[in-house]
Amino acid sequence: MRVVLAEDLFLLRDGLVRMLEAYDFEIAAAVESGPELTRALAEQKPDVAVVDVRLPPSFSDEGLQCALAARRASPGLPVLVLSQHVEQLYARELLADGTGGVGYLLKDRVFDAEQFVDAVRRVAAGGTAMDPQVISQLLSRRSRDEPMGGLTPRERDVMELMAQGRSNAAIADRLVVTERAVAKHTSNIFAKLGLPPSDDDNRRVMAVLAYLDRGEHGQSPGKHSRIR
Amino acid sequence: MRTRVREALLAGVRGLALTVVSLAGSVTLFVMSVVSVVLIVLGVGVFTTPAVLTAVRAFANWRRVVAYEWAGVRVPAGYRPAPADPREGVTGLVERCVLLLKDPATWRDLLWLPVDMTAGAVTALLPAALVFYPLEGLVIAAGLWRAFSGGYWYGFVPIEGQASGLAAAALGAVIFAAALYVNPLLLRLHFRLAGAVLAPPKDVLARRVERLTETRHDAVDTSAAELRRIERDLHDGAQARLVAMGMNLGTVEALIEKDPAQARKLLAAARASSAEALAELRDLVRGIHPPVLAERGPADAIRALALRMPLTVDVQADLPGRAEAPVEAAAYFAVSEVLTNAAKHSGADRVWVDLHHDAAAGMLRMSVTDNGRGGAVTGREGGGLAGVERRLGTFDGILAVSSPAGGPTMVTMEIPCVLSSQKTSSS
Repeated sequence: MRVVLAEDLFLLRDGLVRMLEAYDFEIAAAVESGPELTRALAEQKPDVAVVDVRLPPSFSDEGLQCALAARRASPGLPVLVLSQHVEQLYARELLADGTGGVGYLLKDRVFDAEQFVDAVRRVAAGGTAMDPQVISQLLSRRSRDEPMGGLTPRERDVMELMAQGRSNAAIADRLVVTERAVAKHTSNIFAKLGLPPSDDDNRRVMAVLAYLDRGEHGQSPGKHSRIR
Repeated sequence: MRTRVREALLAGVRGLALTVVSLAGSVTLFVMSVVSVVLIVLGVGVFTTPAVLTAVRAFANWRRVVAYEWAGVRVPAGYRPAPADPREGVTGLVERCVLLLKDPATWRDLLWLPVDMTAGAVTALLPAALVFYPLEGLVIAAGLWRAFSGGYWYGFVPIEGQASGLAAAALGAVIFAAALYVNPLLLRLHFRLAGAVLAPPKDVLARRVERLTETRHDAVDTSAAELRRIERDLHDGAQARLVAMGMNLGTVEALIEKDPAQARKLLAAARASSAEALAELRDLVRGIHPPVLAERGPADAIRALALRMPLTVDVQADLPGRAEAPVEAAAYFAVSEVLTNAAKHSGADRVWVDLHHDAAAGMLRMSVTDNGRGGAVTGREGGGLAGVERRLGTFDGILAVSSPAGGPTMVTMEIPCVLSSQKTSSS
């Protein structure tokens, strides 16, 4: 699996390269600035891009902007965005096109190599990997506005993991239950929240994320993510 | 004595030069200014006025320079600074024209021109006359009296012969003696007159100094308190966690052979410590300068903040560029503090935030309105709003609160600033 990596801090870039190579990824390019990233994405056509939000030369959200532009140019290009901080605002922008193949994680998540590599693989396969912090922020906002459709605590746990982009198998593994039990929970969640059921893992996640993000008295999420 | 003579003569020559220059320069520039300003109505004036007014400034500035060099009189200028990044083309020209005409210093210049061509010219001519008129007396005594056949008066002496010629010389000497004493004073009077018209009003300056001193104290106090807070947070938080982590790792080193299971447990604890240290550092960074603010500017930073608030916040923002970083930070923290206040005390469930930049007035305007119970006050010492007021004060910003009992509360804030046209990283 070919990866383009963009990270401006040498130590972190080097560490990521080592880690990914140890898990049999092929590093097509490891770059340190926005323009280089844009070029590498266009030339290398990687299976997945791992991108730091803040990159030189501007040290603004250059990495995020490059990733969004690359996804506009080739829709569905898998991108995993890493940052020192996670913001719902940025998560919305990444999810806005609804095509999947998106990840948004705190840099801390690289501490756990296996989980991180799993997230990279999931994103490369067109799935999603949302940082647990983003999801818990969404959930706390959501439950403030209205009770969560009468979900049981267990169903909430399942929904939280599902929103992070994990498969039924992974959720079952995490919660130490059978996959069948998870499947039952998910169909209950969809019924209680009034979402159309779907077997496709990815479409399912997008539906849940959209539901969580809708919030605020039925306002469309687009209103906030449309900036300037 | 010799220096006195030299000074008097020098003052005379300089007075003559000033007379010529002030008459020619002031009359020309005054006429041009009036014509140019009137022509603004027809549109042509927009193109000529900036050039003419710049020439007027150069003329006034030259007078300021000679006032100090020739007579030691300081004439403060007090022009408003030009915008940092002037726009190109016709819009830039119109903008400059408007800025120049809005500057009170421009109008002081224009008022000074007629004063300079009249009273200014007279005060400059007097020292010249006091030096050159005695010369004529000497020349008359030396023989020029022959050329006048009665009816010519030198001062109050009618010239009729050698005797009266000598009398004229004597009078000239008296006048010159007077010149020795009054000439430097007269020249200084000329510059004092210019200064009286050109210098910005004193009380405005004095008030400004007072305000600046006050806001500077506040700024220093605030930043010192802020640094203390950061020091404490680092000391009790991340630093302590790193110490714990190092200790755990040390123990792991010792245990790794003897008791691998225990070592693994400690490793997990070390990793948890490092994650907690990171989380604390992240919160600390957010309090110093939120990352979104650095990455995207105040509009998106406030949007991101709104998403984290425990109440529904609508954000409307219209900022076509970026302000300077300290101004952006002040604006962000002001809105953030007011939002926190609203969440804590107002009992509101909905807040509306509006940000926009008024380019004509050079103002960043922010308003935060909630549907709570009202009754917010600014004056209370130590209150959140007083802190915001102090923070804004450093940037000459102001805060106004309208909060009748029963609500709604509306807090409006203004910070004077210009936006750079640098495009924000828009998607």
